[in-house]
Amino acid sequence: MATVRIETPLTEEKARALKSGDSVLLSGTVYTARDAAHKRIVEAMAAGTPLPFDPENSIVYFVGPTPAKPGQAIGSAGPTTSYRMDAYSPSLIAAGQKGMIGKGKRSEEVVNAMKKHGAVYFGAIGGAGALLSKCVEKAEVIAYEDLGAEAVRKLTVKDLPLTVVIDSEGNNLYDTGRKAYLASRK
Amino acid sequence: MREINASAITEVVKRLCIEANCHLPQDVKNRIEGARANEEWPGACEILDRIIENYTIADARNVPICQDTGVACVFLEIGQDVHVVGSIEDAVNEGVRQGYQEGYLRKSVVGDPLRRVNTGDNTPAMIYYEIVSGDKLGITVAPKGFGSENMSRLKMLKPSDGVEGAKEFIISAVEEAGPNPCPPIVVGVGIGGTFDKCALLAKKALMRSTDERNSDPYYAALEAELLEKINALGVGPQGFGGRTTALAVNIEAAPTHIAGLPVAVNINCHVTRHKSEVL
Repeated sequence: MATVRIETPLTEEKARALKSGDSVLLSGTVYTARDAAHKRIVEAMAAGTPLPFDPENSIVYFVGPTPAKPGQAIGSAGPTTSYRMDAYSPSLIAAGQKGMIGKGKRSEEVVNAMKKHGAVYFGAIGGAGALLSKCVEKAEVIAYEDLGAEAVRKLTVKDLPLTVVIDSEGNNLYDTGRKAYLASRK
Repeated sequence: MREINASAITEVVKRLCIEANCHLPQDVKNRIEGARANEEWPGACEILDRIIENYTIADARNVPICQDTGVACVFLEIGQDVHVVGSIEDAVNEGVRQGYQEGYLRKSVVGDPLRRVNTGDNTPAMIYYEIVSGDKLGITVAPKGFGSENMSRLKMLKPSDGVEGAKEFIISAVEEAGPNPCPPIVVGVGIGGTFDKCALLAKKALMRSTDERNSDPYYAALEAELLEKINALGVGPQGFGGRTTALAVNIEAAPTHIAGLPVAVNINCHVTRHKSEVL
C-alpha cells in the first residue's frame, strides 16, 4: 500500500487517484463540522443563505476538539463517528466537497454520492486525539461559534496521517481489510 | 457518624475528571502493549503503535487522550456511617464544572435530548449512588465517550436462549459495531437483573480492571471464551482487520426473574478511562 502526500484543495482528479487502503499525509486547509454544524450547513444550502465555507474541492473533518491549552493551536482533535453525518454528506458532496475525515461505517447513499461526484472518505485514528492535534498548525472558528466544540473551524494541517477507507469507486477497507486478514489466517 | 464536607467531594471529583481524561490506567496500557506484541497484521501493528504514541503524548503533556472527554459518570459508594454536610449532587456537579473548565476538557452535554442546547460546563454528571457499610466515601469518575456508548445494546432474551443465546448476542453486538466504537475495545457485559439493572451491570463491568477476572470461575471462563471469539472476528484495530478487536471482556451477573434473561453490552473504546479515590 502506497503512502501519498496530498495538498488541498482536493480536486476530483486527485480524489479519483486515491485508492482504498492508501496511507495519506494531508497538508493544507480542512474544515471541521460535526452533527449540529452539518445540520445548519444543509439547512443554509436549502434556504440559499451563505455557507461557512465554499464546499467546492473541500475536505471536512468530523471533529469537535477539546479547548486549546495556552500555547496550543488546538486541543485534542481525533475523529468522531461518521455515520451520524450520513444524512447530510450527500448534499455537501453534490455541492463539490471531495473529502471527509472521520471513523466508522458510511451509508450506501453516501458511497453512491462519492462514486458519482468523485469523493473519498478518509479514516483518522479514533481515540488518538493528542497525537493528531500535533498536526494542526492553525485553528480558527469561522462560523456557528455558539455551538462551542461543534463550531465550524478552519484548520491548517501538516502531514495529518490518514487512511483512505472508501475510495471514489466504492472500495471499502472495512470489508477488504478484515477479509484479507481472515484469509491470511486460513 | 463521620461527617464529610461536600466541598471535599468537589475537590476529588474535579481532580479525577482531569486525571482520568489525561492518563490511561496502567492495566489498559498493559493490555494494549500486550496486544501489540501479539499482533501479526502489519496495518494493525501500525495503528497500535500510534495508539501507544498517543497516550504517551497525553501523559507527557497532560492533555486529553481523546477529544471526546465524555459525559462524567460518577459512582459514589457511600458508607452508611457517613453524613455528608451539604448537597452531594451539587458538590459532584461543581467538581465536574471546575474539572472540565480547568482541565481544558470538552463540554459535551446538552441539557435536553431533543432540544439539544449545550449546557456549557459538561454538567450534569450521571451520578450513581450506592450505600455500603462503613464510614468511607468512595468516588469513581469514568468519563464516557459516545462513539462507543452509541454501539451498546440490551436485549431481553428468553431463558431458553441460555448461555449460547447470550454469547451470540454479545458477539453480534461487537461485530455489528465493527469500526465505529474505535477498536480495540473493552466489552462490558451485564447478565440478569431487570431491564435497567442489567444496563447498569454492564457499565459497572467496565469499571473493573481489565486484569481482574470475574470471581465466579463460571463467568471467568465465559469472559475468556468471549474474548477469544471476539478476537477471531478479525475486525482489528480501527476495523481495518487484525487480531486485536477487544482487549478484555468483563461480565457482571445478578439474580433475575424466572421468565427472563436480560443481557446488556456496554462498549468502551481503547481509551477505557476511570479513576477512583476514597474519602
